[in-house]
Formats: sequence, structure tokens, C-alpha cells
Amino acid sequence: MSIKIENLTYIYNPKSPFETKALDGINLEINDGEFIGLIGHTGSGKSTLIQHLNGLIKPTSGKITVGDLVITGEKVKLADLRKKVGLVFQYPEHQLFEETVYKDIAFGPKNLNLSESEIDERVRESMELVKLDFDTLKDRSPFELSGGQRRRVAIAGVLAMKPDILILDEPTAGLDPRGRDEILDQIKFLHQKYENTVILVSHSMEDIAKLVDRIIVMHGGKIELHGVPREVFKQSKRLESIGLGIPQITYLMEKLKKVDTNIAEEVLTVDEAKIEILRWIRSNKDA
Amino acid sequence: MEKMIKVQGVTFLYESNDQGDLVKALKDINIDVKKGEFVTIIGHNGSGKSTLAKHINALLKPSEGDVWVKGMNTKDDEETWNIRQTAGMVFQNPDNQIVATIVEEDVAFGPENLGVPSAEIRVRVEEALKTVGMLEFREKGPHLLSGGQKQRIAIAGVIAMKPDCIVLDEPTAMLDPSGRKDVIDTIQKLNREENITVVNITHFMEEAVVSDRVIVMEDGDIVLEGTPREVFSQVGKLKTLGLDVPQVTDLAFELRKEGIELPEDILTVDEMVMQLCQLK
Repeated sequence: MSIKIENLTYIYNPKSPFETKALDGINLEINDGEFIGLIGHTGSGKSTLIQHLNGLIKPTSGKITVGDLVITGEKVKLADLRKKVGLVFQYPEHQLFEETVYKDIAFGPKNLNLSESEIDERVRESMELVKLDFDTLKDRSPFELSGGQRRRVAIAGVLAMKPDILILDEPTAGLDPRGRDEILDQIKFLHQKYENTVILVSHSMEDIAKLVDRIIVMHGGKIELHGVPREVFKQSKRLESIGLGIPQITYLMEKLKKVDTNIAEEVLTVDEAKIEILRWIRSNKDA
Repeated sequence: MEKMIKVQGVTFLYESNDQGDLVKALKDINIDVKKGEFVTIIGHNGSGKSTLAKHINALLKPSEGDVWVKGMNTKDDEETWNIRQTAGMVFQNPDNQIVATIVEEDVAFGPENLGVPSAEIRVRVEEALKTVGMLEFREKGPHLLSGGQKQRIAIAGVIAMKPDCIVLDEPTAMLDPSGRKDVIDTIQKLNREENITVVNITHFMEEAVVSDRVIVMEDGDIVLEGTPREVFSQVGKLKTLGLDVPQVTDLAFELRKEGIELPEDILTVDEMVMQLCQLK
């Protein structure tokens, strides 16, 4: 499902001494099935932007269209919108509240007035997608689980709504490297299986480089840059000037390029760097 | 060198459920930390890192073995407050550590509880805020600050108690990259300029790289220990444990597998550039 944002502006605390323009004339199109990485410094407007996409915030001005639904229009049913757009907040495990894992994941679908059997199916499917074993975990209290497991319960609760667009706000924050890799692998798997639209907010340039089709960089409530990772990460100076960076490996290749122009700097992962450096060393030896 | 922390044969058991089943969170751990040292502890969630940290300021006491902080045994209840003043602790979530509505009052909270005279408290609060680079925010409400700024306030609150040692339990886990950098720069400054002993628990390898010694924990045990160079040269082992290594260290490991002669202990981009250029 596609998203179109036109001239979106949002002002916090309008007409008060605390008035702040959080979003300033945003224009953006996201295509159906695209995997977007949304990056930006704290306070750049990322969270405000994604909260607009499932109707948690109403714009001060501007228009947002999700699929063929103008969500900023009159008489939009938020329930319809939330079936389309699933939002996983930061630290989503803080929002778990039910007695059992099953009940927590079933909460959303229940509010859609689905039949018991449909709900059951969705809970099973969502748990499988995030690799939580249904039989051993369904009756456990979510509060007895590990941090990584709790987070997966929370994500399963959003997946059970079967959203066409999945938005995740720093889904790996605070997890250890193994927990982080598990969550990211599952998001990647979901995206490949369902070809859904995914928007991933992250502070890790390494993770963004590995996963996304296109990067959107926000700064001061505006879109500073956007493009494929190879293009965006070429602009290391500009990213640094707004408090961001590039993957360490890309930084290495940029430095090598200064030493020898016969090396490709457009490298995003360790595997790509390995191939390029081997080519470079071997071509030097042949020469 | 004077010892700041001595952990000797420490085992810690806790009940994991209502049935009273016991779990061993720490298994016969031995660590010595010297005065002025900067030690990083890495490992998975559940590896025992935080349990160990809580032993250092007597929030937990060993089931077996002993922990000494500047010569005081944490089992000695009469020393608990002296130990907590000696080894201050900073936790992951900045919002859970701030108690007052004004920055300087928050920083003053610790010394007030120690019964420090108010003139002295003023001096300490000012010095502590200056050290963490937050003096200009002294009269602000903490809720108006970013995560990294709040974490520096939490650190200032600990420094105002004049500790010899600070134990930080994933202080940057909830911060963005620039907040993380500010906090790590602050910790490094405290260690180098104020000679405060630092024990930092983290998942971020760039934080481990700047410390004197890295301890890797897994399943309640110490599985690797050494300088950052020694530890990160064990790329294969760290990967098996599911831990990260810096990308350039990983790249050097991969290139060595292809027969390229590179040292095992490359940690930074500049070192890698230098080594690769020598191969040309």
C-alpha cells in the first residue's frame, strides 16, 4: 500500500510561548512494497511524522493519503486506518497489559469484531512470524518473559492486525546484539514474504544499510535528504553536520578512496567491502 | 596499585519462580579492578552483567564469596552507605533516575542525603554540572532535556557524592548516537581527569574500545578478558557468543580467511587504512 504526503505541517502548542514547528511542509511519496529507513537526530520530527500516518496526530495543515484513503479528510474512521497501518512504538513491551501472551496478541483483532476462530488463527500466525512457540508460551504471563521475547509479543500484537503498512520506531533499542539481529531478521523475512510496505526508524546506520531500499533523512522538521543507501551514505559530511553518521565500513572505504581512486567507495556492508578490497589488492598485484 | 573493587569467588543464586527453583546468575566470579581503571563488561542480556554490577554497590549480596569495595565488604551492613557513596551507580533509563523538578535540585539530592552542609552542596552541584557540561541547564526542568542530557544529569548526581568509582549499567542503551557520544565522552573525562574508576556495562563495541580492559560474560561466567585489542582479536569466539565486533575488525577477520596478511587486532578505521596501504 502506498503513502502520499503533501505539504504536511504540524505545530505543537500553537499560539503559546511553547509553539514549535515539528514538521514543516513535508512532501513525500512511499511506494507500495517499499522498505524505507527513516533516520534523523532526536527532535528532527521522525516520531511526529509516523504518528500522523496512523492518525494519532492530526496535521495543522496538509494532506495524507494511504492507499486510496485520504486520512486527513472528514469522517475518516480511525479503525479503518489502523487496519491498514500498524505502528510499533519505541519500547512496545511497556504497553503489554494482559494476563497471558495469547490475550495480549488477541486484543487488537478482538476489537475488529472478528470471529473466535479467525482471532485464534491470527494469534498463531503472528506468534509464528516472530518465532514465539505457541504451545509453550500462549498461556504464560508476558511479564515472565525475557526483554527480547516481550518485545516480540508486542510486535506480534501489531502483526495480528494484518496491516498493509508496518511502521517500527526503533524496534531494537536496548536489545543485545542477538536480540537485535533476531528482530531485524524477522522484519526482513516478513517484508520478503508479504511484500508489505515497511518504515523502519533507527539510529543504527549499519542496520539501515543492511536492510532498506530507500533512506529518508529528517532534520529540523524537514526532509534533508532521500535516496538509495548508496547515494545517501556518500554524503558523510552533510550527515555528520546534522548529528548523523555513516556505517563504519563505508567510512573506511571513503578513506581508502582518498589514498587510491581505483577503489569503489559505494560499499555498505562488511561482505561488500571484503569483495571490493580483495579485487583491489589482487588488481594491484597483477599490475 | 591500590585495589578499588575485589570480587572473590562470587556465586549468586536467586529463585526464578514460585516453586523455589534456584538459578545461578553468577558462577564463582573473580575480578580485581584497580584504582583509576576503566573496565567494560559486555555480554548478552541474562549473562549476569547487571547482577554483577549490583553486587558492587551492595544492592545485591553474594550467595557465596565476597565483594570488597575499597576494602569494605558488602556483607557488612554497617558499611552499606559508605560503599554506595564510594561506588555510585547509573542505570539505563534516564527517566527513572531523576527525582526533582529542577536540574540542580536533582543533582543536590545525593549529597543532601549524606548530610553535606548546604554551602558545600552548592559548590559540589556546580562542579558536577560543570564536569558533565550541563551547568547552563542548572535551573531548567529535567523533562525539557534530551535523553543524553538527562543521563549526564544522572551522572552529575553521582559525581556530587564524590565517589571513587562509578558503575554504569547500559547508560547509553536508550540514547541516540549524539547523546551516546556525549555520555561516553563524559565518562572518559571522569576517568582520565578525575581519576574515577569506571565499570561500564554496554552492548556498544565503540564504548568498549576506549576502555582499559574488557570482560566478556556468558551464562554467569567470565569467558574472555583482556585489553580491547586482545578481546576483539577473538572475532570467531565473539561471533559464536552472538556479540558484535567493530566492522573493521570483522573485515580484517574475513580478509585474513582469504589469505590477506593483516594483524588480528585492528580496531579503528585509521589502523585499517594504514595496514591495507602497506599491502599495496
